[in-house]
Amino acid sequence: MTTQLLIAGFGGQGVLFAGKFIAYNGLLEGRQLSWLPSYGPEMRGGTANCSVILSDEPVGSPIVSNPDVLIAMNLPSLDKYEDAVVPGGMIFVDSTLIERKVKRDDVKVFYVPSTRLANEIGLPTLANMIMVGKFIKESGAVSKDNVEAALKKVVSARHADLFDANFKAIDTGYNFAE
Amino acid sequence: MADKVLMKGNEAIAEAAIRAGCLHYFGYPITPQTEVAAYMAKRMPKIGGTFLQAESEISAINMVYGVSSAGKRVMTSSSSPGVSLKQEGISYLAGSDLPALIVNVQRGGPGLGGIQPSQSDYFQATKGGGHGDYHLIVLTPASVQEMADLTQLAFDLADKYRMPAMLLADGTMGQMMEPVELPEPGTVKQVEKPWAVTGTKMEREHNIVNSLYLVPEELEKTNIERYERYKIIEENEARWEEYMMDDAEYCVVAFGIAARVSKNAVVAARKEGIKVGMIRPITIWPFPKKPIAKAADQVKAFISVELSMGQMIEDIRLAADCKKPVDLCNRVGGMIPSPEQVLESIKKAAGGNK
Repeated sequence: MTTQLLIAGFGGQGVLFAGKFIAYNGLLEGRQLSWLPSYGPEMRGGTANCSVILSDEPVGSPIVSNPDVLIAMNLPSLDKYEDAVVPGGMIFVDSTLIERKVKRDDVKVFYVPSTRLANEIGLPTLANMIMVGKFIKESGAVSKDNVEAALKKVVSARHADLFDANFKAIDTGYNFAE
Repeated sequence: MADKVLMKGNEAIAEAAIRAGCLHYFGYPITPQTEVAAYMAKRMPKIGGTFLQAESEISAINMVYGVSSAGKRVMTSSSSPGVSLKQEGISYLAGSDLPALIVNVQRGGPGLGGIQPSQSDYFQATKGGGHGDYHLIVLTPASVQEMADLTQLAFDLADKYRMPAMLLADGTMGQMMEPVELPEPGTVKQVEKPWAVTGTKMEREHNIVNSLYLVPEELEKTNIERYERYKIIEENEARWEEYMMDDAEYCVVAFGIAARVSKNAVVAARKEGIKVGMIRPITIWPFPKKPIAKAADQVKAFISVELSMGQMIEDIRLAADCKKPVDLCNRVGGMIPSPEQVLESIKKAAGGNK
């Protein structure tokens, strides 16, 4: 099985970090994978996205132009990539920041008010990981078993205090029911 | 071998270099290779090595010349505009028969260009770049694993043949993360360098590292001897990978990120019944002439997939001796061909008749 994932949002929302975390889950599952960030002259408030491919076979092109799964963290990202998602694919929408609905009817859509949820649990910077939690639950692309180990890989020792926060955010997303 | 870790291509270069025994790095920051310097800045002080951010690329390459003269493994890294600045020093390294590693994580040009990936420094890397008759060994990684493996190989080949080697990557390879397996530190065996200028201790004649020969007969001799060495390298060190070439009627030639994209297209074309394969050069100097020449007797056409206006295509035509047509499939300026574009080119070459 191959999953092509595109995570897109504003710079500063942690889309690259979210992608890296998912990539580490793939690594811990012994899968083939690639992670590729957009690296334009980006800054906080600009647009950022990253391509993650998880596969049982060696990954060819690391560039995701037609994602199986799109995680859209802001409106420009949904506008830009909605049509690129493969038919039968999935779109995860941060419904706090994106007021419109997805127009496509041939994809599965999950509306998660992740920015609001993040504020409610006192972790306003971790809307990204709430989306990741929902992604893990619904996509089946990675299992929940390695969440802890993968978090240890991406949360640096210097920020060890943020481990619990990330874990809580993922859990919140995983257990969120629309 | 240790466990697999996730690393950016640029970081893999830096860690692999350290594990290959390179304890001296000189550079100047430029996107998209800055992580190499950043990694070195963090690690070198902890292991007794040297990280120095020079005042310019020109200074950095001349510092490389100095350390190499003393017989130590040394490297610099940059991206296209910065590598142009280094060309004088690279020619001096070649003229003085000094080993060193130069990393070029290419971006779009010419001029200041852009910061997105490119392969348009192919000519510069393989056909000189600096002045005079010389070559670099040029290695072209197509995965993060190869960013590490070919860095180590580059040091070994540079030392073996006493010449500079270049790792020619691109922005995608530098920025992407993939699982990578690194060799245990300290497992690399380095060659003796009796030519190095390390002090005579009054026990031997002076060693001289120099590229100035004012007597033309002498300079001619050094050039001819160097080219005898190049001939041996061309004979023995060309590296490539073949993919689905056994029954291929069409042959894609691509390296680096272009090869990764092309692989998707080859798989897709095969599904449509088109017998296409790929030759992926891993060295572009020496260019893998033999598999191309062999394929020229087998296939109906070649397709050169490049992130340039068509540079490698010249080497393919030469190696194929113009026996078969060579089409170009390209994007430039920081754009990357899509697998669909490569597939279209394959179909066009196949002319609709599978």
